[in-house]
Amino acid sequence: MGLHQTPAAVTGPPLAAHSDAAAVYPAHPAQMHRYPSLQPVYQSVSGAQTAPPAQTQTQLYTQPSAGAAQLSPSLASLSLQSQPPEALRAVNLLQERSLLPPGAVPPPVPCLPQDLQKINCSPEVFRCTLTSIPQTQSLLNKAKLPLGLLLHPFKDLSQLPVVTSSNIVRCRSCRTYINPFVTFLDARRWKCNLCHRVNDVPEEFMYNPVSGLYGAPHKRPEVQNATIEFIAPSEYMLRPPQPAAYLFVLDVSHNAVETGYLDVVCQTLLESLDSLPGDTRTKIGFITFDSNIHFYNLQEGLSQPQMLIVSDIDDVFLPTPDSLLVNLSECRELVQDLLASLPQMFGQTMETQSALGPALQAAFKLLSPTGGRMTVFQTQLPTIGIGALKPREEPSHRANAKDVQHLSPATDFYKKLALDCSGHHVAVDLFLLSAQYSDLSSLGCISRYSAGSVYFYPSYHKQHSPPQTERLQKDLKRYLTRKIGFEAVMRVRCTKGLSIHTFHGNFFVRSTDLLSLPNVNPDAGFAVQMSIEENLLDLQTVSFQAALLYTSSKGERRIRVHTLCLPVVNSLSDIFAGADVQAITALLASMAVDRCVTASLSDARDALINAAIDSLASFRSSVLSIQQPGLLAPACLRLFPLYILALLKHKAFRTSGSSRLDERVFAMCQLKQQPLVYLMMMVHPGLYRVDELTDEGALNISDRTIPQPRALQLSVEKLSKDAAFLMDCGTVMYLWVGRNCSPVFLTEVLGVESHAAVPLNMNQLPELDTARSSRLRAFVDWLRERRPCHAVLHVIRDESPLKAEFMQNMIEDLSESALSYYEFLLHLQQQISK
Amino acid sequence: MEAAVFISSLVDCCALIFLSVYFIITLSDLECDYINARSCCSKLNKWVVPEMVAQALATVLMLVSMHWFVFLLNLPVASWDAYRYVKVPMGNMGVYDPTEIHNRGQLKSHMKEAMIKLGFHLLCFFIYLYSMILALIND
Repeated sequence: MGLHQTPAAVTGPPLAAHSDAAAVYPAHPAQMHRYPSLQPVYQSVSGAQTAPPAQTQTQLYTQPSAGAAQLSPSLASLSLQSQPPEALRAVNLLQERSLLPPGAVPPPVPCLPQDLQKINCSPEVFRCTLTSIPQTQSLLNKAKLPLGLLLHPFKDLSQLPVVTSSNIVRCRSCRTYINPFVTFLDARRWKCNLCHRVNDVPEEFMYNPVSGLYGAPHKRPEVQNATIEFIAPSEYMLRPPQPAAYLFVLDVSHNAVETGYLDVVCQTLLESLDSLPGDTRTKIGFITFDSNIHFYNLQEGLSQPQMLIVSDIDDVFLPTPDSLLVNLSECRELVQDLLASLPQMFGQTMETQSALGPALQAAFKLLSPTGGRMTVFQTQLPTIGIGALKPREEPSHRANAKDVQHLSPATDFYKKLALDCSGHHVAVDLFLLSAQYSDLSSLGCISRYSAGSVYFYPSYHKQHSPPQTERLQKDLKRYLTRKIGFEAVMRVRCTKGLSIHTFHGNFFVRSTDLLSLPNVNPDAGFAVQMSIEENLLDLQTVSFQAALLYTSSKGERRIRVHTLCLPVVNSLSDIFAGADVQAITALLASMAVDRCVTASLSDARDALINAAIDSLASFRSSVLSIQQPGLLAPACLRLFPLYILALLKHKAFRTSGSSRLDERVFAMCQLKQQPLVYLMMMVHPGLYRVDELTDEGALNISDRTIPQPRALQLSVEKLSKDAAFLMDCGTVMYLWVGRNCSPVFLTEVLGVESHAAVPLNMNQLPELDTARSSRLRAFVDWLRERRPCHAVLHVIRDESPLKAEFMQNMIEDLSESALSYYEFLLHLQQQISK
Repeated sequence: MEAAVFISSLVDCCALIFLSVYFIITLSDLECDYINARSCCSKLNKWVVPEMVAQALATVLMLVSMHWFVFLLNLPVASWDAYRYVKVPMGNMGVYDPTEIHNRGQLKSHMKEAMIKLGFHLLCFFIYLYSMILALIND
């Protein structure tokens, strides 16, 4: 019986007793009060004050109490009128070619009354595949669309209300945090929107410290904001909040030193030592390994770091009890000395073996008393010690990828170690920089179940691939300096009647809907699939709440709560009108990755195609009143076949072309761990014509004018030899220069005289003082800064070696053994009309 | 001789009943949050092989003593046990894997399986009891 009870199950302090309030209180705040816009960010609003004498603000309560029943006619009428018929307009995909919106695809807006929708959770944080929830499971089955949520709970937010209060108001039975979608029955009682239990409002909650008013609990920030952060009192801590602890485990075998990654890592770490999240208690440590494990004694007072070598890898032990993981502010000079000398220390090494398993065990022993983050750099297959792996990939099998083998782990060592780490609040992040097969499907387990992230830089070499070096440097900088939460747990709750049955993402599911996240970072996305256990009759809306309890890097225990409210509908056309095509695609991608591992790749591909066929067939038979020829889809799902085709041609699922097993497995990891926005960039890259950028429709952000060219379809017919195009694929960008591109563009933007003079490995746009150059650079910079990973830019022309990869992203075109978009549509139509 | 066979299979069946009940209790503890996934799965994985051995023993006893009907009744369960044990993917930590048990409704399907086995073993218990009494009377 190792793991402790969840802190979220601790009962809160007793609620205040009833007092007789004379004020007449409205039943549903949404009915009568105009909700002001979101409160500006304020800090440390203390709620534990003695209540001032009960002076009821009678002028607020002159309206008669409106029952919750009044909500239903307004919602019912809304679902018929304000639901835009635009979303259900039938589009014949075979005829309409320009389906992409000019800019980004906007998320659908749920069909709620305006005042509820204004305070609803932002779609950047919380998105549902169906913005109108079906009333029964049979209705959901008829629609043939998956029901699930996509979460990005720890996203970097510009505006986040933070509340300090001695007791946090939660429902007594289901422990839901109070949120904007609860119902206040009168001044003293509130009804939970997830379990419908009536709770008492505690005395301190009646006083609103922001406005100084008493008796208006619905105006408190917890009830006005769908995304809010609480500073948690001590009941939410099982142990004193841990300090930030960072341990770096570095591979120093001959192969690793050859690639030269140590220079980049040590340099970046030296530069970022000041910006590592943490306070004066921050701890840091280093372990290097090849066939032995090397520890570094960084005790304050030593003149230089002392290396201690442990060669017994079958029974790993820590050579000294402390001073291997030291306080950063006290031992700073030693750490800097070590980082400066580390790359040269192993310059002449001839060790080729790699004992990754024992090194991980040693690192775990070192970090387990406190918990923290372990960063592992590995450049080859681990060959000795426990957890050694064999090369499983056969290069001859790559070309015939009808049935890809070895997608599941070879050993359970890494999974077991990840679970041990998760129990001690240690997260493991893996940076894989190998050129040969390194069994990422087994190694990735160490991150997958300990809430870490996997980064892959195939064929990393400091001289042979400078773009990879740039990418590692920028990614590492972001990785080291971004916000981090320690010893976190997350719970996703839904209204009674809905239940969650599958989870996708990097975490360990400790018990039903309690996710154990030793580290939580702003670039991790999660997804859950739900089913409707009981019919949602008598419910107008359902709510979902994601509560993330974590320790900030400064040692404060905080709870971030997001609440989403969605309407319930009972007609199939309403369900289709509220479908969110990007969320559906992302959820299907995660489901397909699971299917690849449990069944096979071809099963997963068939399942993806069937998802498209079934949903369009259901639309055609149930919703369309007039049967027209052609392939008809509702306007909100018009991009669905295109996205499914993009997934089928994605590196994770493609059968054409030979892709290395590690790259395929990494693509699958990305599909499961990326938040929605970045996932869609990778699945369906954006293509823009950039040789004639104008300021028409440009964005003006902080005195920069950023041109907004129209997004084009990914087809070669949109490319033209007289122009230049930019393709944005998330982690990489291609600037394709046509053969007859205007010489003005070549000189003013690229700084070369003719097309033939464009260098083959150009990665930077020269900073020339021309209007075109500044416009293009502004556009590229704007695209780049809106994502956490660094996008490498490649300038390519017809003879470039990267042209093949550029052309592979042309999803709508025919390629060897893969259908073109039009052929795919014909195939769908044929299957639907069977 | 008959009686001895049936007495031993009766004892074997009792053991299997207790094991099924233990599985059901542990799985429902996990459902109600009394234990965590890791300890639940390690407890259950410990008893997977003993259960398989006990079920195989019962089947072989019936085969050896030439009670064909009961043998054919026991055979599907024994082969299902063996199939489940062999088909565990390489990366999983046994038949009950703590990282997968909350996904895709596996908890519910394991619970259902344990309930069905309990019902089956109870049925077998009464068959053996009846046969044992018959054998003892006829001796």
